[in-house]
Amino acid sequence: MFADATLATIFVGLMGLSVLIYAVLDGYDLGVGILLPLENENQKDQMIASIGPFWDANETWLVLAVGLLLIAFPTAHSIILKALYLPASIMLIGLILRGVAFDFRAKVKQTRKATWDKVFKAGSLITSCCQGFMLGMYVMGFEHSLAAYLFSFLSAIGVTMGYAMIGSAWLILKTSGELQLRAIGWARWCGRLAFVGIIGVCIVNPLINDFVLERWTQMPTAFFISAIPALCFILLVLNDRVLNTLPLPQDKGCWLPFMLTVIIFICCFAGLALSFFPWVVPGQLTIWQAASAPDSLRFILWGALIVIPCILAYTIFSYRIFWGKVEDLRYY
Amino acid sequence: MADVFMLSRIQFAANISFHILFPSISIGLVWLLCYFKVRYDLSGHPVWMRAYRFWVKVFALTFAMGVVSGITMSFQFGTNWPGFMEKVGNVAGPLLGYEVLTAFFMEATFLGIMLFAFNKVPSWLHTLATCIVAVGTSLSAFWILSLNSWMQTPAGVEVIDGVVHAKDWMAIIFNPSFPYRLVHMLIASGITASFLVAGLSAYRIYRGDDKKAPRLTLKAGVFMAAILAPLQAFVGDMHGLNTLEHQPQKIAAIEGVWHTEKGAPLVLFGFPDEDTKTTHFALEVPNMASLILTHDPEGELRGLNEFEGEHPPVKPLFFGFRIMVGVGMLMIAVAWFCAWQLWRRDDLSRLGLKALIGMTFSGWVATLAGWYVTEVGRQPYLVSGILRTADAVTDIPPANVGFTLSLYLITYAVLLTAYLRTLFLMARRSVEIEEIQLHERSKQRNFIPRDVNQGV
Ligand code: HDD
Ligand code: HEM
Ligand code: HEM
Repeated sequence: MFADATLATIFVGLMGLSVLIYAVLDGYDLGVGILLPLENENQKDQMIASIGPFWDANETWLVLAVGLLLIAFPTAHSIILKALYLPASIMLIGLILRGVAFDFRAKVKQTRKATWDKVFKAGSLITSCCQGFMLGMYVMGFEHSLAAYLFSFLSAIGVTMGYAMIGSAWLILKTSGELQLRAIGWARWCGRLAFVGIIGVCIVNPLINDFVLERWTQMPTAFFISAIPALCFILLVLNDRVLNTLPLPQDKGCWLPFMLTVIIFICCFAGLALSFFPWVVPGQLTIWQAASAPDSLRFILWGALIVIPCILAYTIFSYRIFWGKVEDLRYY
Repeated sequence: MADVFMLSRIQFAANISFHILFPSISIGLVWLLCYFKVRYDLSGHPVWMRAYRFWVKVFALTFAMGVVSGITMSFQFGTNWPGFMEKVGNVAGPLLGYEVLTAFFMEATFLGIMLFAFNKVPSWLHTLATCIVAVGTSLSAFWILSLNSWMQTPAGVEVIDGVVHAKDWMAIIFNPSFPYRLVHMLIASGITASFLVAGLSAYRIYRGDDKKAPRLTLKAGVFMAAILAPLQAFVGDMHGLNTLEHQPQKIAAIEGVWHTEKGAPLVLFGFPDEDTKTTHFALEVPNMASLILTHDPEGELRGLNEFEGEHPPVKPLFFGFRIMVGVGMLMIAVAWFCAWQLWRRDDLSRLGLKALIGMTFSGWVATLAGWYVTEVGRQPYLVSGILRTADAVTDIPPANVGFTLSLYLITYAVLLTAYLRTLFLMARRSVEIEEIQLHERSKQRNFIPRDVNQGV
């Protein structure tokens, strides 16, 4: 049914999809964690309530992405994770701290709630910085040079900004009143910084990787590829405009920033994906070199084709149940 | 300076040991929650909701610990054991993949509904969500244990150019040791959860909580343990017989059989010494090991001498196994003693309460001991007969692994302390919560508001 060569393409597509979904979904809840205002008890509770039912499922997309890398491209999986050993391990510690702080703070009237809040914020920050750093290292082909590290640091800040941006857009959607006003302010700031960050990546990325430069300058691919950053910038400006007019009476348009941010995420992701396809390890391994045995891929693909629509269906179902502005987070 | 091989092994053992603590509770506990919730739906009596509410908080905390430590596990294969995925990735990949696809998403999504949507959806839907989470956790055990069992007793594959290729997926998934391991592990989590429930409820009662909810959960925990603990001994025995067939060197190490012999004695306790190949201070029951394992007092058992250089270290298996079985026997004794008291006078003596409190985390001890026997017993192989552990290890600098290992250990120590502290804090706080109120009982079947005291 599926030819061997297309299998690798299908799997890299699935993997890309789950990375993208992860970046959007866990992006907003990491963003909420990064923005957590330590001084305001009430707003903290509201913000955490807004992500309570979702964070666990959101993180599962990361497990799926890593899993797909491991299933479909085992050699690439070990090259990448070996090269990123330290940032990946530190990210895991960040994820651990964040996940449990969330639960510890809410279980009982804790004497140490304030400490767990700090841990939650720090964990979110560590996670997003490490992810950004890893992205930077990946783009730089795991080079160990000063330039590579500098770029990776910038990328760490960029990704953190991006997450904070989608996090504040989520808060605009899910909250009202004072907190919503605050979130609008945050979103505006993050949007502007993201603008600068994206320009940076657009300049640096083609300069380091020859094959990227080729793709970005040669017709006709250059035409399509350069449309992506252009669209990105237009959307960022539009988003800034929208944020200036919010909030509107009856909370009209509160979903607009979130939607625009998601499209911006998709653009950035598409830009990166188009720059690197078909490399899984930039400059070292293509997807066809790294792919595992076709029979195994077929075995899991059939399962995936049946199960992924179900996952999407019950994910949507769960978002429908928790539709609307946040209420008190109560355990039952 | 320790080498990267030892450090990676210690790090893997530390991570998986920390991880398994939480699944072993959550797999069993969520089925108990289903039971509480169904009883609530049937009777409408708020006491079942009280029980559910307390234990769902424990579950949420445990589940979160399980999720975050599990994510670490899925990175480990790439970071520390690249040889594992390169050699057997064609088998391990799809099994892990099916676990993520069929189990992780389901449990994580419905967990949100289970925890936070009680007031947003009809009660039956909430009960259904609880059951789906329960199915999800057990399903995830199914897949991961299938992989682990395949590593113990590989089947259904062929090796082409040094890489394992799948031939028959049914034979891979249902490999020889899988059914036993799955049942043994599921019962183990049932036991772990029931002793936790019984222990914390006993603690509440001991602290002077005379409400009805802790007494109900105490009973549920004790009766569940009283049924499962003997069953576990029976299943464990069959598991051992199966291991004798497929991994005889493991059994030889467990029983301390140094040389092949007929009518081997059962060593109840002793001190195995690998240099002299003897067991010092051995306390033996003559012919018993042969009788248990071959059902013939004169049956022959293969000794470690037949597996020179290919058998696992003896001490950890010998002691690990005795710890597991010892705790298992203690569990049967305590569970039956308490069940008998509850049966006779619907109440527990101070002694019974104290015993249960002491046994709260006994499930962890037995489970960890069991896993150490299983995993160390597979050494020096990572996949029996196919891949040696030493050939799978990474080549990153040892200092890096040393650094991350210390980071993990510190994090785990802090989290484990916080976890235990929070559980007991929750139990103490719940002592002060007021008795069930009138308005809570409005949904109860046949409830007449006048009889406020009836059945509380
Ligand atoms: C017998 C059961 C069992 C065993 C042996 C393992 N796990 Fe586990 N794992 C579970 C039973 C479980 C579970 C019950 O399904 C958990 C615990 C709590 C939870 O959320 O799901 C879980 C969570 C969990 C998660 C997070 C799932 C999520 O995002 O919802 C990951 C990524 C893993 N595990 C991975 C592993 C790996 C790579 C293992 C082996 C090396 C492993 N687990 C051993
Ligand atoms: C089913 C999933 C599991 C897989 C795929 C797996 C795989 C592995 C691997 C790759 C190693 C490293 C090699 C080594 O150090 O010997 C290992 C060792 C080990 N595993 Fe597992 N394991 C699994 C489940 C478990 C569980 C649930 C436990 C429970 C505590 C456990 C306990 C250990 C221990 C203690 C070691 C160290 C053994 C030694 O150093 O001799 N494993 N296992
Ligand atoms: C009381 C009698 C028991 C017997 C005879 C028994 C027998 C065994 C045997 C032979 C193994 C090793 C199988 C192998 O490595 O191939 C094993 C493993 C294990 N045991 Fe037990 N066991 C008993 C009680 C318990 C109890 C009470 C628990 C926990 C509550 C437990 C939890 C485990 C676990 C988690 C493993 C590792 C996973 C596995 O291989 O199934 N066992 N048991």
